[in-house]
Amino acid sequence: MSLIPSYNFAYLDEQTKRMIRRSILKAIAIPGYQVPFASREMPMPYGWGTGGVQVTAAIIGPSDVLKVIDQGADDTTNAVSIRAFFAKVANVATTTHTADATIIQTRHRIPERPLQAGQVLVYQVPIPEPLRFLEPRETETRKMHALEEYGLMHVKLYEDIAKHGQIATTYAYPVKVEGRYVMDPSPTPKFDNPKMHMSPALQLFGAGREMRIYAVPPFTEVVSLDFEDHPFEIQHFTQPCALCAATGVYLDEVILDDHGGHMFVCSDTDNCEERRAQGHRGHLSGEELEAAE
Amino acid sequence: MDNLMLDGGFADPVMQAQQGFRALMDALANPGTIQQLALGLTPPAPLTPELAAVLLTLCDHDTGVWLEPDLATEAVTGWLRFHIGSPLNVARDQAQFAVLRDSNTLQLNGFSLGTDIYPDRSTTVIVAVPALSGGDALVLKGPGIEHSVEISPLGLPGDFLEQWAENRAQFPRGVDLLLVADGAVIGLPRTTRISGKDA
Amino acid sequence: MYVAVKGGEAAIANAHALLADRRRGDRQVPALGIEQIIQQLGLAVDRCMAEGSLYDRELAALAIIQSRGDLIEAIFLVRAYRTTLPRFGYSVPIDTANMLIERRVSATFKDLPGGQMLGPTFDYTHRLLDPVVAEGGDVAAPVRRPADPEQAPRVTDLLAHEGLIEPDTTHDDKPDIGDLTREPLQYPLDRDLRLQALARGDEGFLLALGYSTQRGYARTHPFVGEIRIGEVEVELDIAELGFAVSLGRVRVTECQMVNQFKGSAKVPPQFTRGYGLVFGQSERKAMSMSLCDRALRAREFGEDVVAPAQDEEFVISHLDNVQSTGFVEHLKLPHYVDFQAELDVVRRMRAEQETQKEAAE
Repeated sequence: MSLIPSYNFAYLDEQTKRMIRRSILKAIAIPGYQVPFASREMPMPYGWGTGGVQVTAAIIGPSDVLKVIDQGADDTTNAVSIRAFFAKVANVATTTHTADATIIQTRHRIPERPLQAGQVLVYQVPIPEPLRFLEPRETETRKMHALEEYGLMHVKLYEDIAKHGQIATTYAYPVKVEGRYVMDPSPTPKFDNPKMHMSPALQLFGAGREMRIYAVPPFTEVVSLDFEDHPFEIQHFTQPCALCAATGVYLDEVILDDHGGHMFVCSDTDNCEERRAQGHRGHLSGEELEAAE
Repeated sequence: MDNLMLDGGFADPVMQAQQGFRALMDALANPGTIQQLALGLTPPAPLTPELAAVLLTLCDHDTGVWLEPDLATEAVTGWLRFHIGSPLNVARDQAQFAVLRDSNTLQLNGFSLGTDIYPDRSTTVIVAVPALSGGDALVLKGPGIEHSVEISPLGLPGDFLEQWAENRAQFPRGVDLLLVADGAVIGLPRTTRISGKDA
Repeated sequence: MYVAVKGGEAAIANAHALLADRRRGDRQVPALGIEQIIQQLGLAVDRCMAEGSLYDRELAALAIIQSRGDLIEAIFLVRAYRTTLPRFGYSVPIDTANMLIERRVSATFKDLPGGQMLGPTFDYTHRLLDPVVAEGGDVAAPVRRPADPEQAPRVTDLLAHEGLIEPDTTHDDKPDIGDLTREPLQYPLDRDLRLQALARGDEGFLLALGYSTQRGYARTHPFVGEIRIGEVEVELDIAELGFAVSLGRVRVTECQMVNQFKGSAKVPPQFTRGYGLVFGQSERKAMSMSLCDRALRAREFGEDVVAPAQDEEFVISHLDNVQSTGFVEHLKLPHYVDFQAELDVVRRMRAEQETQKEAAE
């Protein structure tokens, strides 16, 4: 059980867990709808994943295997910190392998490897309200959702097209869930939007500071908003990962020097490592890289 | 107080509530699947162990619980007051949770459907059925179900499909239903579309 | 270099070790003790308890040491601890009329039953840095007066006798008090929830908003009816016993602001109230709170909502410093996935523009 006797299993007290659990069940029953919940202060700052942490703490049990990623990577400092938190307060097994995890908490990415039935993807969400930057007032946005009044969102996207010739929203790209609620997918790049559609995994979203929980059940329609003459499209990279040669994955740009030299590498570190373990090599993979240093 | 009356709760409240919750979460996320809910509870009759498991997992003094009149015996209300502490005298249309023992008389009408702005403020209806299989086949479709799935719980009222269609038509408002029996649970969130096998 | 991104775990451990080192500072200098903080930095402890929403001097003092004196960080530590505590019950409302008064001033009446009492205030000190304090010199014992048997009724109660001020809301008017730490907020809020939020709100934020009302952004013509600081009894109703039991005393600062109001068709002209109540001694916070409370009651009085201080969603959504510091500071977390997406779209749009320009030429 817990290694620090003064705190509870998974940190939260049972009353708080029940409150969050009730919210999660309602969120699942109303896909894409933001359920208000009495978010608690957590021992990490608001904006650093407190919503995701509360959701994970409410669902996690001793037999779970937890993976935590930030920007697709297991080894970014905030991911390390959250993983260590649960290893300590819930004494659960952790992993970096997407396939081995029962719960994956994420900030800003969906793993490249397709998720499986039985897995739960927990998103950390900073601003859960997709309409927030069009209408700052909660009282108004609530009404807009109730009346399914999403015209403003389409106008905004269309203004993009008029101004830039294309929809300039590249992340936190709004989706419609099961034909009803417009939902913020969290600041994942729109590259990841198609992965949400009909995913076999349960997707839970926690926004701690904004006190909202929402969900996309498995096998649920998630459609990115678009227009007939400007269909939704995802980012395409012109080159493969420099380390594992993967294509069709999301890449991070890494600056190599101050003369404009850069390379593109997998954002999903686990996927990249697995590919390299299978023998895939990019043009700057391990050996060449060491030689270059 | 009579200790016997208060026995029969969770032996390990933290871990068992977590297990119970995961069963309920999986049940509602995957409508039609049968999730194990055997948590070793021995509540006073006529409260069943499965009904008790749901209540002990989700309810406390922040949740109003409506009990079917036949279920609200002194032994049951005393036991629930001790184990969950929820207000048990709430009106049907105010209850966050409703508990029914007699599934044949199930009436979804009259529970809280939530509001257009807050559709989550609706009743979760927990119904003990005689068995989760052996009845007429029902075909489920909707979120959580890849194509379609069949269930055949016993003991649902003859007009259940009509009642459910009416509930479904209120979306996003509506009640969510948990059918329990045999140490297990089937979840029917308001999004699920249900039809008869031959329909 | 890409490889350098690795090793988050070791980096975090090392950063924590360095932080602990910097917190402790020169080992030749004696370490701070909790009792020293409680005794000698009492107002910092008070602020930490007030905005941390937890009345516990030891824990607040520990938080202040642990946070190296960063009070928002200390408040955060206290909050994160508080939130894990079980809720046993709700106390009966404290009675500030029965306060063991340490300070009491009114700006509306020269003298009043119970008298005025300056108490431990900075008000009339000359702000000159004092070498005696630097040397840790001896401090003489203060002059004390015997406990005054005379009751000190609240100024607003005195005004209420004549009907000159709107009646105070009592617990009976609204027995079902909300709890913002247990229930998600739903706008518009009732005053009980607003006051709760203001009581734990950031002192600086409320100070600026209160100040803005004085400068014409929702002017409310405030007078300090009364400020009182002192200890009050906290009592809990025990159902089994049938009466309330005292749990102890807490020090609070209460500010009753008296504001102008012209009256309406239904209500004869009378003064209105702005209320502030804060754990510990914190006049600045209590006064700012009461200014904001009054400004936020605009809707209730049919006043036009024209200024930030009157805008409930704006004020309440942004007054919590634990929330705001977290979200502002989260910008230093990696955002390279999103930035990559932005880079990509800017490059593409620039390329398209270039193509169009070439085509036009």
